[in-house]
Amino acid sequence: MNIHAIRAIYTFEMARTWRTLMQSIISPVISTSLYFVVFGAAIGSRIPEVGGVSYGTFIVPGLVMLSLLTQSISNASFGIYFPKFTGTIYELLSAPISYVEIVLSYVGAAATKSIILGLIILATAYLFVPLHIDHPFWMILFLVLTAVTFSLVGFIIGIWADGFEKLQVVPLLIITPLTFLGGSFYSIDMLPPFWQKVALFNPVVYLVSGFRWSFYGLSDVSIALSLAMTMAFLIISLTIVAWMFRTGYRLKS
Amino acid sequence: MQDILLVSDLSKTYASGFSALRNIHLAIRRGEIFALLGPNGAGKTTLISIICGIVNPSTGTVLVNGHDIIRDYRAARSMIGLVPQELSTDAFETVWATVSFSRGLFGKPADPGHIEKVLKALSLWDKKDQKIITLSGGMKRRLMIAKALSHEPQLLFLDEPTAGVDVVLRRDMWELVRTLRDTGVTIILTTHYIDEAEEMADRIGVIHKGEIILVDDKSELMRKLGRKQLVLQLQQTLKQVPSELSAYALELSNDGCELTYTYDTQSERIGIVALLKDLNDAGILFKDLRTTESSLEDIFVSLVRDDQ
Ligand SMILES: Nc1ncnc2c1ncn2[C@@H]1O[C@H](COP(=O)(O)OP(=O)(O)OP(=O)(O)O)[C@@H](O)[C@H]1O
Ligand SMILES: [Mg+2]
Repeated sequence: MNIHAIRAIYTFEMARTWRTLMQSIISPVISTSLYFVVFGAAIGSRIPEVGGVSYGTFIVPGLVMLSLLTQSISNASFGIYFPKFTGTIYELLSAPISYVEIVLSYVGAAATKSIILGLIILATAYLFVPLHIDHPFWMILFLVLTAVTFSLVGFIIGIWADGFEKLQVVPLLIITPLTFLGGSFYSIDMLPPFWQKVALFNPVVYLVSGFRWSFYGLSDVSIALSLAMTMAFLIISLTIVAWMFRTGYRLKS
Repeated sequence: MQDILLVSDLSKTYASGFSALRNIHLAIRRGEIFALLGPNGAGKTTLISIICGIVNPSTGTVLVNGHDIIRDYRAARSMIGLVPQELSTDAFETVWATVSFSRGLFGKPADPGHIEKVLKALSLWDKKDQKIITLSGGMKRRLMIAKALSHEPQLLFLDEPTAGVDVVLRRDMWELVRTLRDTGVTIILTTHYIDEAEEMADRIGVIHKGEIILVDDKSELMRKLGRKQLVLQLQQTLKQVPSELSAYALELSNDGCELTYTYDTQSERIGIVALLKDLNDAGILFKDLRTTESSLEDIFVSLVRDDQ
């Protein structure tokens, strides 16, 4: 294990995070606050309680997940795309460092950043609505697994992208719809039966459901299924990354 | 002693189908400065990129100090420092941070003393806390050299190190390269400035259209391929070269004032003494003479042109 290299990349990436700390924190905090104003206060006051918790409280785990997913993807995709764009990737490719180490350090840094952001959003939410966390261990587990999985997805997008547009397109066209339709703002059983079935094909449903369960004990699908699906996404992402590195896909000619 | 770099039967065909390297065999001796010359697109950067792990080889093997660059990439790569042709740097990092980063990336524990030494050697010490974006092109080039030296490599690749560097700094850089060589570092450089190769290299390789067409000691190369000319300035103009001197294949200048004799330094009998005697016998007197020697540049140009 090239520990020095992992540390070098990780601290380098985290330095980038600290440099842009204000913008990385402020924008999600503002957008989360807006969600609370709109969904929590304005609309939420007219929506009855869901499973015994007020609507404003109900949407908190979903909102955290929403930010966690988008932030993980954008951090990780940008982190690996940028060296490709500037050409500094040559150094990474010529270094005595394995693919596992590269992934560990880049994905680790991206996931760290989005976990920090997730916790900040949780704290922001606490200012607006009463919160309680029934299963803190599971909450942290889902937080970390989701951050890591979607940082891997971001890493894949960053390697695949050969232009800034592509970097934007996947989050915009795929991830955002999936997260909005993934039960962040509602419980799946509020949907008509047909759409309940369709929703089960949306991976985000399992993440949000598991995460919400860790807060309030409310879930759309069983917690075991949520965990199994989350692990499955993790493994799929890892497999794709492994394949990319083995073939040198878009990294080496 | 074992060669520090051994390239065997290396070929590269890019995904586009373009064959950039063909059956390259190359052995680099420990501690030498090797200059790789070749026109644009010859395959120099491709060759270096394969050795350093940036481009996948199509066939063939590369051993760095006996370590296969694919099977044993950690050992191989940690010996190598690379200064690529393209200037690519992280604009918003400081000089100090980026050089320290490189050292860590290559698996070496932090050593501020070594980084300081490298930055000073490259006249970058006073810039250490500046962001890279504030550096000039030549400074960035030196920064990339500093990054490559940060992890104390045994084998250093310099892909056109002096492109865009001013004359004074170029001299300094040559000096640095020699100092490095004296500490035991093997250096492979590419350059388009032939005087640079002539000045610095121990051995020279010429690559053309993806093939190595020649590898030789610089002095040997100059001796083998170098031609000398003796130019005589005549006291009286000549209309034509007298027939009794035809064996020497002399060239008469248009104004009839100069006679030029081209000879091969390699041949057993150079024939200058005989020529001078025969000139004397023919009554041709000269007031001055000079000899000229073909430079590496002439050799290079003639090699590449012959091949086309
Ligand atoms: N990624 C690539 N895909 C296809 N062809 C490539 C690629 N990279 C380089 N080539 C081609 O391979 C050949 C060798 O390129 P290379 O960069 O090795 O040349 P070079 O000797 O370094 O030239 P220069 O002196 O201009 O730097 C060129 O014809 C180039 O067009
Ligand atoms: Mg080149």
